[in-house]
Amino acid sequence: MSEILTKSRARNIFYGGSLFFIVVFVAMTIHSHRYVVEKSTAGMPLTDAVKLGKEVWERHSCINCHTLHGEGAYFAPEVGNVMTRWGVLDDPEGAFEILDAWMKAQPSGTPGRRQMPHFEINEEEMRGLADFLRWADQTDTQNWPPNDAG
Amino acid sequence: MKYKSQKVAYAYFIVAMGLFAIQVLGGLLAGWIYVAPNTLSELLPFNIIRMIHTNALIVWLLLGFFGAAYYLVPEESEREIYSVKLAYLQLIILVVGTLGAVASYLVGIHGGREFLEQPLWVKFGILVAAVIFLVNISLTVLAGRRTAITNVLLTGLWLLSLLWIFAFINPSNLSLDKMYWWFIVHLWVEGTWELVMASILAFLMLKLTGIDREVIEKWLYVIVATALFSGILGTGHHFYWIGLPEYWQWVGSIFSTLEVIPFFAMMSFAFIMVWKGRRNHPNKAALLWSLGSATVAFFGAGVWGFLHTLHGVNYYTHGTQVTAAHGHLAFYGAYVALNLAMFTYAMPVLRGRSPYNQVLNMCSFWLMTGGMAFMTFVLTFAGTIQTHMQRVVGDYFMDVQDQLEIFYIMRFGAGAAVVLGALLFIYSQLVPQREIVEPGNDAVVPESGQA
Ligand code: HEM
Ligand code: HEM
Ligand SMILES: [Fe+2]
Repeated sequence: MSEILTKSRARNIFYGGSLFFIVVFVAMTIHSHRYVVEKSTAGMPLTDAVKLGKEVWERHSCINCHTLHGEGAYFAPEVGNVMTRWGVLDDPEGAFEILDAWMKAQPSGTPGRRQMPHFEINEEEMRGLADFLRWADQTDTQNWPPNDAG
Repeated sequence: MKYKSQKVAYAYFIVAMGLFAIQVLGGLLAGWIYVAPNTLSELLPFNIIRMIHTNALIVWLLLGFFGAAYYLVPEESEREIYSVKLAYLQLIILVVGTLGAVASYLVGIHGGREFLEQPLWVKFGILVAAVIFLVNISLTVLAGRRTAITNVLLTGLWLLSLLWIFAFINPSNLSLDKMYWWFIVHLWVEGTWELVMASILAFLMLKLTGIDREVIEKWLYVIVATALFSGILGTGHHFYWIGLPEYWQWVGSIFSTLEVIPFFAMMSFAFIMVWKGRRNHPNKAALLWSLGSATVAFFGAGVWGFLHTLHGVNYYTHGTQVTAAHGHLAFYGAYVALNLAMFTYAMPVLRGRSPYNQVLNMCSFWLMTGGMAFMTFVLTFAGTIQTHMQRVVGDYFMDVQDQLEIFYIMRFGAGAAVVLGALLFIYSQLVPQREIVEPGNDAVVPESGQA
């Protein structure tokens, strides 16, 4: 091995090969980007309300307790399919009402139960948040999660 | 110390160890909230504590890498660092940014992408610090002797800094947001950081075992080649269920399985070098940490990573405590232990003393490593039960969590051992015991003659 694979050959393989994989990866990324925009998330328009909802989601760092599409913290339930779980995926008004009621009831204060904080969220933002969660829920996630429990 | 400017590393290592303490204390508190959920729930909720825990981790690991670079580049390039002032300026920017970030988390101002919660001004600060660092180190390397170790280290550091650009790209389309988010998170720990890890490990092996440089450097290129060839397309193992095309299930499964190879190679490399090496270096603790790092990285990243990386398995385990188990052992083995190996090696030199207090340091190794291993086991059990109850049977999340309490209690115990180990480590590095007083002369430090 020592004669065939010299240090400079090993170095060239490293640089050349890496460049090759970077190029392939970039090409697949471009394709995936288009696929997301045109197919997997195209089921519901990306409205200003959805965008606002995403901002609200980020402002309160919900991701550091919950998972969303299985990513985030493992302290609180999956929310990528919460609108399905609540049965309001296709009902904007119902989604807003049930989410609003839920958020206003936190923290529950139940001893020995994990607590969700109270957040100051106005009506427009709450509607956005509900739309954002419905938008996320309609994404084509290759049938994940396996069931409604998330 | 051969070069005066290596001293810069000392300041980096001190700050890094301070943040390490904050990180594990934050983790312990987060673990306690799992056991007693009403703790601080209104004052300092779980999400804020978790942010501090994970952000402190990333920042101290990076500070450790920067410090390691400032320590080893002069020796490799055979010259002083281009500008010591710039190096301290970079550190000050990073410290101000870190303190600013923690303060703003505590008052509830933060972003909402996991690990990238820093306020925008802090993200810019990190960018500026990275640019200063790259300029400073690159000018040093270009002016001096070129070695494979500095080549690979620099390639890793340049690429990881470039990827930081994605911290500023946050599409309003959630699936795109997630895809680009992984460009940082995955391509750091399973790509660019592996280059940094491999080159630091190679440097330590060179110093500790006395093996021929040619042999070590060839290995180094082979290892980092397998890391990037597998790791880049391996990103696909995060693209299964977030709205991306189905082909990632195959690409991700195959290439991320190959990601085990570089970790196996690093472990083999470390052991073979030690067996073949002739040098009997007095810093036994540094050797223990180096071998420990390579081994635990193989188990944490390689074995525990493979455990849930095939898409058929990941469909069920995705986002459960199995992920948390893997994340902990992988980060600990690959990056925490590696940094601690470098600190253990360099601190006695930087402080101008012979290796000292080895026993305490080695105790801290076993305490921390034992604690992290136990934490990984209990979280894996918890995750297995969770996967079955929640993903297969379909029980509701909160009901399942109630059944897992015993594991969370044990995780807290394991965490307490880790915290003790971490504090012991810091103590053994900083508090002098049986100090060997030398007349301010580098020549008597055992490192100097060698290299
Ligand atoms: C005192 C010891 C520690 C305890 C008790 C602890 C506890 C925790 C807890 C409770 C979480 C949140 C998990 C969740 O979202 O449900 C967490 C996350 C995390 N911790 Fe620790 N931790 C400790 C040490 C460490 C160490 C030493 C590392 C690095 C090696 C580390 C790296 C991480 C990472 C990367 C995450 C995010 C995991 C993910 O998103 O999958 N922790 N930790
Ligand atoms: C030192 C290297 C590694 C580190 C530090 C690391 C760390 C992590 C962390 C922190 C996460 C959770 C991210 C989140 O918050 O969502 C994660 C997820 C994951 N890692 Fe790694 N990892 C490493 C190497 C590997 C390797 C080599 C493999 C495969 C063989 C692997 C497979 C996975 C998979 C499949 C997931 C997704 C888990 C899920 O679906 O929930 N990792 N890793
Ligand atoms: Fe990954």
